Order: sequence, then structure tokens, then C-alpha cells
Amino acid sequence: MANTTSTTAGGGDFTSNLGRIYSLYTGGFIAFIILMAILSAIGVENVVIGYLFMGFTIVIYAVIGVLSRTMHVGEYYVAGRRVPALYNGMATGADWMSAASFIGMAGSLYLLGYDGLGFVLGWTGGYVLVAILVAPYLRKFGAYTVPDFLSARYGGNLARFIGVIVLFSCSFTYVVAQIFGTGLISARFLGIDFNVAVYVGLAGILVCSMLGGMRAVTWTQVAQYIVLIIAYLIPAIWMSTVKTGIPIPQLMQGQALANITALETAQGITLHHITPFAHGGYDAKNYFLLILCLMVGTASLPHVLMRYFTTPSVREARVSVAWSLLFIFILYFTAPAYAAFAKWTMLDLVASGLTPENIAEKAGWMMRWAAADNTLVQICGQAATDTAAIVAACAEKGVTALSFADINLNADMIVLATPEMAGMPYVISGLVAAGGLAAALSTADGLLLAIANALSHDIYYKMIDQNAPTSRRLIVSRILLVMVAVLAAYVASTKPSDILSMVSWAFSLAAGGLFPALVLGVWWKRANSTGAVAGMIAGFGITLFYLVMTQYGADFDKATPNMELWWGVKNISSATFGLPVGFAVMIIVSLLTRAPSRDMQDFIEEIRIPRGKQMMEEKIA
Amino acid sequence: MATPDRISYWNKTKSLMFVMLGLWVFFGYVIHMFVEQLNTIVIFGFPLGFYMAAQGSLIAFVVMLFWFARRQNAIDEEHHVNED
Repeated sequence: MANTTSTTAGGGDFTSNLGRIYSLYTGGFIAFIILMAILSAIGVENVVIGYLFMGFTIVIYAVIGVLSRTMHVGEYYVAGRRVPALYNGMATGADWMSAASFIGMAGSLYLLGYDGLGFVLGWTGGYVLVAILVAPYLRKFGAYTVPDFLSARYGGNLARFIGVIVLFSCSFTYVVAQIFGTGLISARFLGIDFNVAVYVGLAGILVCSMLGGMRAVTWTQVAQYIVLIIAYLIPAIWMSTVKTGIPIPQLMQGQALANITALETAQGITLHHITPFAHGGYDAKNYFLLILCLMVGTASLPHVLMRYFTTPSVREARVSVAWSLLFIFILYFTAPAYAAFAKWTMLDLVASGLTPENIAEKAGWMMRWAAADNTLVQICGQAATDTAAIVAACAEKGVTALSFADINLNADMIVLATPEMAGMPYVISGLVAAGGLAAALSTADGLLLAIANALSHDIYYKMIDQNAPTSRRLIVSRILLVMVAVLAAYVASTKPSDILSMVSWAFSLAAGGLFPALVLGVWWKRANSTGAVAGMIAGFGITLFYLVMTQYGADFDKATPNMELWWGVKNISSATFGLPVGFAVMIIVSLLTRAPSRDMQDFIEEIRIPRGKQMMEEKIA
Repeated sequence: MATPDRISYWNKTKSLMFVMLGLWVFFGYVIHMFVEQLNTIVIFGFPLGFYMAAQGSLIAFVVMLFWFARRQNAIDEEHHVNED
């Protein structure tokens, strides 16, 4: 069997030179940004700059993907388990921060003010649960996939199979949102039709993950983290410098908030940005339930947990969770500042005396976005495609001077449009597009790999053909990866919902289906197979039922009335019902049936201590 | 398997887990229940309640995790169950 293909991305040479390689890469990327700025200044067209930014970054990812190609099982599934904690943290950061974080979050913060901070808290605090409850123990066990652990702990293929179903449902929902995000970016910056754009995004995703599995995805994700964090920080620093003279947006956000409140008061807006529990239906109950579902979902999402299978030791796995959160934190504590500066800019624009006639001159970017997709910018309730359309729509409503409330911006476009909104040169727009693309691609890669691994390793190898040779397993994995990706692109092209909702559903599905079985599997020896199977079915079932019934109704038609919300709980927090039911069913059924065997109890004892060999030994072809 | 040393190890690990869980509940939920009272305090233009949700709790989570990794490693070494 061909082992590690020897390439520059192969053995010890590469891992010992990581610092130098990625510093060079970062320097190269900054030089590339400067080159683009120069090209833009000498009059190269905007759309060419857009193509260069996206083309160049995708080529880099593809080169890393090809260099890291492998036919070795351990490399393909867990990157050979030799990714240092810090780099695994960076890769997890990119794996984690998706189109929802990069594109959707600051937009939602802009629209929802304080209430959008539920996403910021929910998507960071969950790492505490990952570190203390789950990740180190799964690393000790030495699984390739999350269902591997379920199967070993709850003895048998039934628990594995249900695990795969939950994994597939949440990861698939999540990946659809990512492909939707890449489509949105390609449509606006490359000027191609959205339905075509989703398949263009798909090609970018496949070149990274198909050949090298986890190894390729790991090293591309590190590269993608660097691109996305630079792309996120530069516009925020720019706005902060222009507005306040000090280039620290996170600190100067305070001044922005004070100005927003003053401008809102002057313009007669009574619902302030900083007012808690008042925007978009987020009362205190929904705010806290959303935080809970997102946090618990974090500790259950297979594509995140499997990143901690790649560290060299249990100890490194723990440190790596801390590094992950630090890298994620850099973007997340910038997002509220990003939103505040964008809102301040918009309020200033409105205060400058905006009318339907002069808006095209003062804010032409709105028309360009409305032209890319007519739901993105609406003024006076109609798509703001040109001055005539705006004047007609506003005349109908009797609006002569535009107020802040007349301009309706879609949450998914705000981050991407901010450079234009704040009058930055086009090169920054190109950079932000490349960053958004990196965020969406890196997460989609991790998700597709999680799905393909579960199907090829858990279903094909463990359940169908235990004697399958390594090469066939890896080829099956690649074929499945492409099939799942194409299916996801098709679903994305139907525009099922907005990015943030789709991603939040994935969190609830994972939380309701997997969290009780994972946590009790480590922390409660009495948990047994029957209990886990019943708990997963009940928790996942209730979550899915609530989600589907309130979103689409029993007839799967969005137009007809759907099921009433239970106690007014929004369906992005569906796990509110799935989690307690899952825990309760699992505990009760476990207590009613036989305790796990002596062997199983010893197995749990072994998982709990770092020392000793990892428990699952894989035959390495 | 269940030697006294192992039991003591697991008890310490459990206590650390519950301390972390308590801090998590505090910074994730409890403090934000008092957002309106905290918002009356304004520092650098930040209403404090808003600040805690936008940055304060996040900083706490990051610091907690590095501290946890150190503490847990110390417990491992103390009980000789650390990796070689």
C-alpha cells in the first residue's frame, strides 16, 4: 500500500517549518493586496480585481490541497494525528467560522442591535463545553468519526447508524448554507447568475478536500483563517480610523454606540440599538434559549469535534480548544464593532438629507446590490434597482425625505457592502469577498469531509464491508464527497432560507441528537446502549419535528399556515425541546434496563485518563 | 482499575469541571440577566451590559479555557496519568 506520498506537505520537514511557511504565506498575501491596490489605482476595472482576488486565493487553496494528497487512511481521516495545538486551533477557527459568522453575523447585529449578541455569545461559550465535557475524552478514545465513539461506547451498529443520521442531517443543513454564501459572493463580485454561482463555489470547495482528506483540509484551513481574519479586520480598522481617528475598532465601538444612540434619538427612532430584548422577536426567553442551543450545539457538531482527533495527544487537544477559541474570539469581538460602525455610517448618511432623487448619487452601491438580487436592498418596500424605481415606490407611499426605516438592507449583504457604504476603495471590497469566500469554503470542506467520512468509514467500511481494502475505502469516500456536494449545491440553488437560520438549525439538530449521548457516555457509567439509542431518537425526533412543523408545516408548503410555536419559542432554538427530552429519555431508559458490562465500565475508566494507548486501533492497510 | 489514586484523580477532574461549568453559567447567562441594570453604567461610551455581551464574557471564556488546560494538566501530572 502506498503510504504517505512524499511531497513538500508531507513528513516532519513540513510540520517543523510551519511557522516559517505560514509567515511567508501571510507576507505574500499582504503583498498581493498591495499589488491589487496598485492595479486598481492605475485603472484596472473593478470586476477584474474581483476575479483576481477570488481566483488567486482559490488557486492557493487548490495547490495546498493537491500537495497534501494522500492514500494513507490515518492521514486521510485524522491528518496523521500530528497537527500542533496552535495550528489546529487556527484550522478549527476557519472550520468554525463560516459564511454565517463572516457574512451573516455582523449583518444581524446591525439589524438586531443588542439582541444579535446572542449569536456572539452562543458561538463562543460552547467551546467551554467542548473542552471540559467532550473533546479530550474523544481524543483519548482515538476515533476517526463521532459515530465511531457512539458505536464503541454503546456497543453496536444501531447507535452508530443513528449517529450517522444525526450527523448527516445537521452537517447537510449547515453545508447548504455555506454553498448559498459562496453563491451570494460569486453572484455579486463576479457578476454571474446565482444559480450558476453556487456550482462555481462548489468547484472551489471540492479541489481542497477531495484529494487529501483531513490532511489537505487542515492545511488549507490554516491558510483560509489567515485570509479571512485579515479581510475582516481591515474594513473595521478603516472605519474606526475614518470615524474616530483611532484604529482600534473594538475600543472605539463605545464612541460609535454613543453616536448611534444620539442619531437615533435625533431621527425619532425609539427602538435603540443598545436596547435589550426588543428587536426581531427576541424577548429575554428567546435570547437565552438561542444562546443555550448554540452553545450546546457547538459541543455536538461532528465537524468541530473531529478537528480535535488530529492533535498528537490529549493534552494538546485541551490546549488546542483554548487556541481555537482565541482565534475565533478575534473575529467575534470585532463583529459588534463592525456592525456599530456600519450603522453609524448609515445613520449619518440618512442624516445628511437623503431623498428618493439624490440617493443614487449619494449611495450608488445600493442600486448595484439591488441589481445583483432584488431582495437585498429595498427602499420604500420595493427593490431599489434605479432612481426611477425608488422615486415611484416612494411616491406611492408619500415619502419625500427618506428615513432610516425606509431603507431595508438584507442581513446577508451588510458585511460585503460595508466597504462601499463607507466609501473605501474597491480593493477592500475584493478583499472582503475573498475573506467571505475563505470562511464559506473552509467550513464547507470540514462539513463535507465529516459527511463523507461517516458514510465511507461508518456505513460502508464498518457496516457493509469490513474487508474492504484501504484504497477502495478512500475512493468510496471521494465519490460520496462529490455526490453530497452536488446535492447540497442543488438545494442551495433553491434558496431555502437565510444563512443564519439554516446554520442555527444545524446547531439545534446536533444538540438535540448527539449531546446527551456524548456527554453521558463519558460522565455517567450507568448509561447503556438501549438508553442512548432511545435518547438520540427522542431528542433528535422532537427537534426535527418542531423545526419542520413550524417552518414548513405538515404539508411542506411554506405558503399555508404552519404549526403554532410552543410557548413562543423560535424554531432556531428547536433544541430547547430536544435537549431535555433527549436527556430524560436516555436516563430513564438506561435506569430501567441492564447496567453496562464490567468490560464497558473499564473502557470508560480508560477513556477518562490521558495515559495509555488510544483505545481504537485501526488496521493501517 | 478503581484504585484510590484513580478515584481521587476523577474527583479532582470532576470538581474542576463543575467549577468551569459554574463560571460558564455565570458568564453565559447570569450576568446578561442584569443587562438593564448594568447598562446604567457607561464606560468609554459602552453601556456595561452591552459590553459584557459584546466583549466581556468572550474574554472570560478565552481566559477560562487556557486556565482549564493548565489546571487539568497539573492534576494529570499529580496523579501520574499524564501522557509520556
